[in-house]
Amino acid sequence: MNIALADIRHNLGRFLLTCLGLGLLMGVALSMVGIYQGVVAEALALSRSLAADVWVVESGTRGPFAEASRLPGDAREMVQRVPGVAAAGSITLRTAEARTPQGLIRVQVMGYEPGRPGGPSALKTGRGLGGARFEVVADQRAQLAVGATVLLGGDRYTVVGTTRGLVASGGDPLLFMTLRDSQELQFKLAPPAARRASAAGAGAGSIDSINAVIAKLHAGADANAVAETLRRWKHLAALTDAEQSELLTRSVVNRARVQLGMFTVVLLFVSAVIIALIIYTMTMDKLREIATLKLIGAPDRTIVGLVLQQALILGGLGYAAATVLVFSVRDVFPRAVALGVAEVAIMAGIIGTICVLGSLLSIRAALRIEPQQALGS
Amino acid sequence: MITPLVRIERLSKTFGSGDTAVRALVDVDLVIGPGEVVGLKGPSGSGKSTLLNVIACILEPTSGRFSLNGDTIWDGRYLATDLRRLRRERIGFIFQFHNLLPFLNAIDNVALAMTLAGVPAAEARRRAADLLDYLQVGKRATAMPARLSGGEAQRVAIARALANRPRIILADEPTAALDSERARVVMDLLRHVAREQEAAVLVVTHDEKIFDRFDRMVSLRDGRIEDDLRRAA
Ligand SMILES: Nc1ncnc2c1ncn2[C@@H]1O[C@H](COP(=O)(O)OP(=O)(O)O)[C@@H](O)[C@H]1O
Ligand SMILES: [Mg+2]
Repeated sequence: MNIALADIRHNLGRFLLTCLGLGLLMGVALSMVGIYQGVVAEALALSRSLAADVWVVESGTRGPFAEASRLPGDAREMVQRVPGVAAAGSITLRTAEARTPQGLIRVQVMGYEPGRPGGPSALKTGRGLGGARFEVVADQRAQLAVGATVLLGGDRYTVVGTTRGLVASGGDPLLFMTLRDSQELQFKLAPPAARRASAAGAGAGSIDSINAVIAKLHAGADANAVAETLRRWKHLAALTDAEQSELLTRSVVNRARVQLGMFTVVLLFVSAVIIALIIYTMTMDKLREIATLKLIGAPDRTIVGLVLQQALILGGLGYAAATVLVFSVRDVFPRAVALGVAEVAIMAGIIGTICVLGSLLSIRAALRIEPQQALGS
Repeated sequence: MITPLVRIERLSKTFGSGDTAVRALVDVDLVIGPGEVVGLKGPSGSGKSTLLNVIACILEPTSGRFSLNGDTIWDGRYLATDLRRLRRERIGFIFQFHNLLPFLNAIDNVALAMTLAGVPAAEARRRAADLLDYLQVGKRATAMPARLSGGEAQRVAIARALANRPRIILADEPTAALDSERARVVMDLLRHVAREQEAAVLVVTHDEKIFDRFDRMVSLRDGRIEDDLRRAA
């Protein structure tokens, strides 16, 4: 017979409730790990989907995600002429409030020229943008089905396709539209003074402005060399895709990443303290039984085994509950919860370690229990 | 000469120190040989439980000396290194309160004592079942302690104490929870075990109804042995 299991069975309801409570706590820690991973994955998803080789942005900036960047509309043609560039496309990026059937949501509007680099490389449902106006491809995060309509800047757009996992660094879903639609939207949403200035065709405020040019290179062309060439152009800065990815994880989502990371550490720490306390309470509740075991001659090995096995069963069941919980509700999280086998396994290892370390105090206390504590009524 | 199973020499136990010190045992001498069934009586607080606990290596004495089975256990300090092993292999203790583990049923409570001593689980269960039958609680083998009556629990506890066939059997008022009929059955059993296993049996009791079941009656008063009467054979 296994006395650790026998004791658990004896107080099964209470033990399972404790496991469940602990499971909730571990579930929060586990989803935090998933959200951490999700933030990094999401930050890279857009640039990965756009599959740019070189990003061309306003001189002196590191746009268009980390910093604001504005280029004249004809920048694309300049980029196109650079040796090594196979194709180039203009893009715009801005956040906007969209009125959807579900209500007002914040979206990241991205304008691009269908047929040129800049659109999503894969669709979940529907089709990509054609040349038609007032069509959008929306990310599934916006919860818009193909055929739904969205109001943006007073115009009605129809959803023709959806993507998966394309969100801005803040978690807002991407909404793709044609460059022309996006430029008009930009104009409509601009403050009145700026609108008057751009209507007058004044410089940087011109309606024909974009935020970046995405370049795809010929096979064999060196991205660094092309970027170097572009940097020498007046008013242009260029980043290779590697530099852009680095910037996205290091700079754009860095704060979120560090915050989530710290939060995860704090949660794990809190879990560790709570697990240690639960194990301690569980052990001290059995003070008389442990004293009795010593009275009938049970060696320390038996006592240590009792505490340790119960701690590991507690942690194991709690973590199993946490995993089931997180995986069944991950889709209703507002942000992606990216958890794979590796994350779940690493967390299991951490929880196991916490359980073992958390038992040490209780084991010490249990070994100090005197057999005569079982005597008397 | 036959080696005594229990030999106690000038043994004292003092709880606390200074003004509040309680001298629970004072210069106790006691020798119990194989097959002897010894009763221990005395008023409450006279040191009976203390004496049993010292012999069971649950309480450390203050001075004196004692040996079990010819091995010196305590002489100013414990000479045996593994007291719990001693307890599980050589001593059967029937506590005043049954002290069964609440999360194990009757048979597992008995079998555990054997598995702790290295008996394989299947054999332990078989022997535990035999012991419970012998003590007439075989029908309650799968009952949890909380569901046992006082008498049943006490008999399961006796089965546990006898599980590893110890040669030193200590019992602290084992018949207190039993009616006189059952109390006699338990005492006869202990006598039987003493004879069969050549064990020394030391039983604390107030129960005059069973005084005739002892070969010897030791009386304690204020921690001292008042008299030690051997029944004429
Ligand atoms: N753990 C202890 N701490 C202090 N005093 C104790 C302790 N155990 C017993 N005593 C004292 O020792 C004396 C003998 O107690 P005990 O052996 O239990 O007597 P009995 O079993 O004969 O009733 C009593 O005065 C009791 O109060
Ligand atoms: Mg007593």
